[in-house]
Amino acid sequence: MLEESLEEVKEKLLQSASLIERMMEKSMMGLTQRDEEVLLEVIERDEPRENELELEIEETCIHVIARYQPQARDLRTIMMVSKMNNDLERMGDEAVNISESALFLIKRPEVKPLIDIPKMAEETRKMLKDSLSSFMDEDPQLAKSVCERDDIVDGLRDQILGELVTFMASDPTTIERSNHLIRISRSLERIADLSTNISEDVIYMIEGKTIRHGKFENSKTAFEA
Amino acid sequence: MDRERVKFRIGKDKAFMALVILLSFFSMVPLFLILFYIMRNGLSSLSWEFLTELSKPVGEVGGGIANAIVGSFLLVVIASLPAIPMGITAGVYLSEHKRGRLSYLLRLAVEVLQGTPSIVIGIIAYLWLVISMGGFSALSGGVALGIMMLPVITRATEETLKLIPDSLKEASLALGVPYYRTILKVILPAGFSGIATGILISLARIAGETAPLLFTAFGNPFMNLNIIKPVNALPLLIYNYATSPYPEWHSIAWGASCVLICIVLILNFVTRIIAQRWKVQF
Amino acid sequence: MESTVLRTAGLSAYFGDNRAVKDVTLSIPEKMVTTIMGPSGCGKTTLIRCFNRMHELIPDSKVEGKVFLREEDIYAMNPMIVRRRVGMVFQRPNPFPTMTIYDNVIAGYKLNGLELSRAESDRIVKESLGKAALWNEVKDHLRRKGTFLSGGQQQRLCIARALAMDPDVLLLDEPTSALDPKATAHIETLMTELKKTVTLILVTHNIAQAGRVSDFTAFLYLGELVEFGSTGQLHTAPRDKRTEEFLRGKFG
Repeated sequence: MLEESLEEVKEKLLQSASLIERMMEKSMMGLTQRDEEVLLEVIERDEPRENELELEIEETCIHVIARYQPQARDLRTIMMVSKMNNDLERMGDEAVNISESALFLIKRPEVKPLIDIPKMAEETRKMLKDSLSSFMDEDPQLAKSVCERDDIVDGLRDQILGELVTFMASDPTTIERSNHLIRISRSLERIADLSTNISEDVIYMIEGKTIRHGKFENSKTAFEA
Repeated sequence: MDRERVKFRIGKDKAFMALVILLSFFSMVPLFLILFYIMRNGLSSLSWEFLTELSKPVGEVGGGIANAIVGSFLLVVIASLPAIPMGITAGVYLSEHKRGRLSYLLRLAVEVLQGTPSIVIGIIAYLWLVISMGGFSALSGGVALGIMMLPVITRATEETLKLIPDSLKEASLALGVPYYRTILKVILPAGFSGIATGILISLARIAGETAPLLFTAFGNPFMNLNIIKPVNALPLLIYNYATSPYPEWHSIAWGASCVLICIVLILNFVTRIIAQRWKVQF
Repeated sequence: MESTVLRTAGLSAYFGDNRAVKDVTLSIPEKMVTTIMGPSGCGKTTLIRCFNRMHELIPDSKVEGKVFLREEDIYAMNPMIVRRRVGMVFQRPNPFPTMTIYDNVIAGYKLNGLELSRAESDRIVKESLGKAALWNEVKDHLRRKGTFLSGGQQQRLCIARALAMDPDVLLLDEPTSALDPKATAHIETLMTELKKTVTLILVTHNIAQAGRVSDFTAFLYLGELVEFGSTGQLHTAPRDKRTEEFLRGKFG
């Protein structure tokens, strides 16, 4: 009944999350190793599958609410699952954006050796993984730590932007490529933001307290836990 | 509401209660008087011989009422054999069919029968059986008593079965059990307490009926087990002996009354026990 | 893909001239819980009583159309056989008061005069009470009459009694409306287990219960089958306006 349906939808959400993780890895791998096939996979196979999952999960969430009128923790769970589902889908879109820009870049010479972007990608991937772990293990500490790391990723994006601006100023032929690299870093930053959203939702689900929109400092339990 | 008025009202309450108790007490008095007199006058006649010997002719000492006891028993058996199945069946029919022509007529018949004086029933039995058979008999007496038992049993059965919720019948039918088995094995057992009570009450009633027996069973100074011959019965014996001129017979009549009352009391007692033990709660 | 265990074709049922069930055609999927839902008086009880041929026991009643149990026309079969293959549990628990718990469970056999060996009846009693989640509570009291059981336990006894006949379909007519919330929850959990072995058709006017328990839902209104679909679908986005109004509590 209710318990089974909740388990089922959580499972599906995890499937969706693993898919997103792989999409991220593949798009990075395609970029660094100049592998066109793997990038096309992300765009043509993985993203449609992610969209399918998103629809399934959304339908299940609505059905659960209609049929079982979940209360308290179960209600928070199903509502947050629905929100996380949306965030995952957006991450999927960002992964596609990354792949599309990568497809452009791998056919052309490098502007500069790729160091910061893979670093940023790795950081972002860890944030995504941890936010999903905090959901599965119901670990508010872990969720909180993800929220704190968002600044690191933001910093990396600014750094990359600054660097590339310099390149574009000195050599106009690098503008198009630099633009795509900036796009990629922005997509990664958005994925990190969405991971933060997921973590905030996890804390609400577990504790019933919201820490969204800077209510961070007000959440005593999130600090103490 | 001041204290005076309240006191007055409480007083009224108490007075009313006292009146109710007093009147209830008075209504028990006749019963106790009857029991007292019968016991006082009849107990002295009781003995083992009294219950097992036949009556002796006038003038001889001793004698008993054995033939009357056996005769009464015989009459009850003859009466019960048709009355109980017919009564129960009629009761079942009435409880199952609340409307309809036959129901209406049956109900009417039962009510009329219940109100018919016992002596009239006796006369009917006389016309049917005594005349056609050419003589008095236990059979005709039994039939008359059976007719009297019929409405009591029918009524009791109907009322008992009415109290059984339909859901019980439905539960049985839903298991694929045919209707007649449902009645026999589910409904009637559930109503056992009420039906048995009805039967015992009807028995207690006819045990003491005299009028119909006057011209059907007629009475017999000897022991008789032949149902087409006349037979003696306790009420008959009491009637005949009590109105006779012989004092010995009077004391026998007292003794027989004692026995009869005891039988009736025992029957009532047994009825209560059965009703209690076998009662089914819904 | 579910297979159909019971289906109707143009089924109508009458009380005298009053048509309580109007031309209903539906298919009940096997080993699932199907709920017939609707406001009071919409004909749902009458409808399921056509499935076990109990409706025809009412004087002046009539049934038109067809009902098929595994493609056999039940109105061409012996009604007693139909009632053994399509069991029923009623709103008020109704165990036989003069029988022991043991005898109650096998009552369907005993009352029908069907012979059972001691070993067989022991087995049937244990299995049926087990399936009805009552075995542990009564296993030491099988020879007592069932009157000391609570309402919920009595209802489970009635379920065991119906299951003992190994029916294809079990009809449940508002089985929890006479029970307290705890007993209701027990029976609801029981239903989700039972559907693995027997098809269940539930009648209820309790929308929440219909949502919790059933896989498929049929909405009946004024004797007509308005809508039939998977429960999740029907509760979330019903196709017919009347279904929508009912679910939203506009009439009930």
